[in-house]
Amino acid sequence: MTDPTLDKLPDGFKGMSSDMGSDQTTFKGVNWGKAMMWIFLLSDTFVFSCFLVAYMKVRASVTEPWPYPSEVFGLEVGGVPVPLLLIAIMTFVLITSSGTMALAVKFGYEKNRKMCGLFVLLTAIGGLTFVGMQAFEWSKLIFHDGVRPWGNPFGAEQFGAFFFMITGFHGTHVSIGVIFLFIFARKVFRGDFDTGRRGYFTTMKSNYVAIEILGLYWHFVDLVWVFIFAFFYLW
Amino acid sequence: MNDTKKEQSTTHKIGIYLWIWGLLFVLSFFSYMVDWYNFQGLLRWSLILIFMFLKAGLIMAFFMHLFWERYALVNVLLWPMTAIAGFLCLMIAEGKYTVFTRLFYFFTGG
Repeated sequence: MTDPTLDKLPDGFKGMSSDMGSDQTTFKGVNWGKAMMWIFLLSDTFVFSCFLVAYMKVRASVTEPWPYPSEVFGLEVGGVPVPLLLIAIMTFVLITSSGTMALAVKFGYEKNRKMCGLFVLLTAIGGLTFVGMQAFEWSKLIFHDGVRPWGNPFGAEQFGAFFFMITGFHGTHVSIGVIFLFIFARKVFRGDFDTGRRGYFTTMKSNYVAIEILGLYWHFVDLVWVFIFAFFYLW
Repeated sequence: MNDTKKEQSTTHKIGIYLWIWGLLFVLSFFSYMVDWYNFQGLLRWSLILIFMFLKAGLIMAFFMHLFWERYALVNVLLWPMTAIAGFLCLMIAEGKYTVFTRLFYFFTGG
């Protein structure tokens, strides 16, 4: 990004071996904060994978029938049962917020303060909507259907434990993301990234690259939902 | 000349983001349709997996900018994820073994 020597380096796998064998910096042209966010996301991938693989293994080895998600997560609209309605809306809301985040990152790089702030704010509102709908989904399953981590009226007892663990861990990620999005929307609107104002906790100069790093986290949350949607709700 | 190359590597035309956004919507709609039309068996699983991998790939490649990153970063991320896929295959075999032993001993009485 800021490294003018980047263009002179070889590309592709040749570039990879020269980067890996080079001095001081492996990830050429990558901001250190961005590299650290990627490492964090990779470790987070392992945690989510452990949950999903454990879920898959248990679902494959129970002798009782697994609750049919299409019916468990279905809603009635005007007396007509619609399968997975809420989950589909949640998926579209999260993809929308992912799109607005991608635009926020783009406007951040163009140092377009107002548009960047607006799209970060829209992303935060999208995330909040998602968490709200998840709270509704949880309360319906807990209070209306009586699903518990140790049992449920639909089938295999392990269903509740995995549902609350996996969607709860994902929802926690969304909630933390929403908090950071609101904080960074305020920072963008205040002009921290234009003036290079020093951060309260880090005392480092603010830079629009922070929006890209935040964007990576937010897209990761959307990415995990893609897998949860496929493996937990559709399968 | 150096400046134009720099521009390219950090900011992209808005069209590409809108395209990917639209594609993600369409793919999500398709994967919802898999449930709506209640496809079963191999057709269901393969469609779910195809749409899932397409969506994940689009998000990682364009929204997370991996398509434009150098191979050093891309490979550090993608090989451990490939290892997870290997772990998944091991656990599928393990799950089949567990359900076999359970059914076997439930019926034979241990």
